[in-house]
Amino acid sequence: MSQYGSMGYTEKVMEHFRNPRNVGEIKDADAVGSAGNPVCGDLMTIFLKIKDKRIVDIKFMTFGCGAAIASSSMATELVKGKTLEEAANLSKQAIADALDGLPPIKMHCSVLATEAIEAALKDYYSKHPSKS
Amino acid sequence: MDTPRHINFDYAAGYPVDPEVFKAMAPYFTERYGNPSSLYALGVEAREAFAEAQIRVGELVGAESPEREIFFTSGATESNNLALKGYAFRNRRKGNHIITSSIEHISTINITKYLERNGFAVTRIPVDKYGVIKIDALKASITDETILVSIMYANNELGTVEPISEVGKITREKKIALHVDGTVAVGKIPVDVVDDNIDILTMSSNDIYGPKGVGGLYVRLGTVIEPILQGGGQQRGLRSGTEDIPSTVGFGKAAELAKRRMPDDSKYTSGLRDRLVKGMLNEVEDSYIHGHPTKRLPDIALVRVFGIEGEAIVTELDREGIYISTGSACASKTLAPSHVLESIGLNEIQRHGALQFSFSRLNREGDVDKLLSVLPGVVKRLRDISPVWKFKDRFLEMYTSEEEEEFEQF
Ligand SMILES: [Zn+2]
Repeated sequence: MSQYGSMGYTEKVMEHFRNPRNVGEIKDADAVGSAGNPVCGDLMTIFLKIKDKRIVDIKFMTFGCGAAIASSSMATELVKGKTLEEAANLSKQAIADALDGLPPIKMHCSVLATEAIEAALKDYYSKHPSKS
Repeated sequence: MDTPRHINFDYAAGYPVDPEVFKAMAPYFTERYGNPSSLYALGVEAREAFAEAQIRVGELVGAESPEREIFFTSGATESNNLALKGYAFRNRRKGNHIITSSIEHISTINITKYLERNGFAVTRIPVDKYGVIKIDALKASITDETILVSIMYANNELGTVEPISEVGKITREKKIALHVDGTVAVGKIPVDVVDDNIDILTMSSNDIYGPKGVGGLYVRLGTVIEPILQGGGQQRGLRSGTEDIPSTVGFGKAAELAKRRMPDDSKYTSGLRDRLVKGMLNEVEDSYIHGHPTKRLPDIALVRVFGIEGEAIVTELDREGIYISTGSACASKTLAPSHVLESIGLNEIQRHGALQFSFSRLNREGDVDKLLSVLPGVVKRLRDISPVWKFKDRFLEMYTSEEEEEFEQF
């Protein structure tokens, strides 16, 4: 049997797709970022609570395929509790690896999450110029 | 064989071969393995089987001289290639202009692009919001150079049936050849090459429960096409290659069954389709049916759900053993959105939520009920995490498009 299930997804991807972590909206977020995937049209919005240059809470909402939802969920797990610098360095490959891989054609879906994080950090620095 | 029965609403992707078809084919793999070109008895047997298949397929579409007008190919893609390239190259002295539509099957689109690279001019006429070609645009685009019009009998994504007899009147009057891609229509609704003035017709075997790997092409006597395969000159020189008798016999049997079963099958599948569409529009808010409300195939429905993406829905339903298809870019091999949904005016966000259903005579009422019991939960779960659903107003503003209408029929 291949490591991929019938939709070409690993068990980890399916698990995050079925039970995404950190879903929702933070009403009093310190930073909000959105990204759209120009390749297939998926969209993600991310909300951050930041304290002492650290992401203390994170929530996301995603409109997209299974890979986009699973990558969004995994990305929030990977950066929660991390410093802003560490979050900025999260790569799409790290997200895909943490999901035990994505089908090649779906690799671009993990970019959605890194770009949304990038946009949120940009939002934060623009509101708090002294902290960059 | 106690694997749990799956529920398939994606027969367009592949039909099972009808057991009667399978039975008819079987002897031609083993005992009756002759080559129609051989002069001895085994060859005669093959020749007769081939001619019988031509007659059955010809009868399905009203061909007057099936043994001279019906050709067998490797499938609808090859038939489209033979029709378009074969006609265009053979008749280029008469002109270099071809008219087609914006919602043709990808094979036709790519063949006409190929012809453009080879010196032909191609006009792709637009469709209305139901996916019906604009006849006036077709008329207006005809020039002295126009040699061929190629329009599909019905659209495979929307199920919309095109006004082919109107097109046929125009092309006949203007002495332009008419090629029709009948892949999803032949065997599902009555198609008559004489009544509709069709000169060349593409047909699929698998879409009528025949084997894959075989297709048909009707070429009206007097319509001249050049072959695209050079070889031993089989099939009156138009399609070289030793005839695939088992597949041909299977296609013939499938055509015979389709002709006989069409009225009942059509009533049956359209009943299931209507039940599903009605159920979805009732159970899922912000869902829409596309395609023409009445001029449509009995077995296809395209329903769009706003605020979520089709591949995610397909993935969820797969876990329940329910198979459907989507027009979402995320689910396509090329990540390109459906050109058909674009042509009827749907924006990117709307196209993302398009679900395609195709029914067969094997579906049961219980299949529809099962889908309707599962789908609302799937939609709710995905909408709960969708920013497009949550911030609907903002997104609707960003992507304003033509007003949405409920399906008039329901
Ligand atoms: Zn995607």
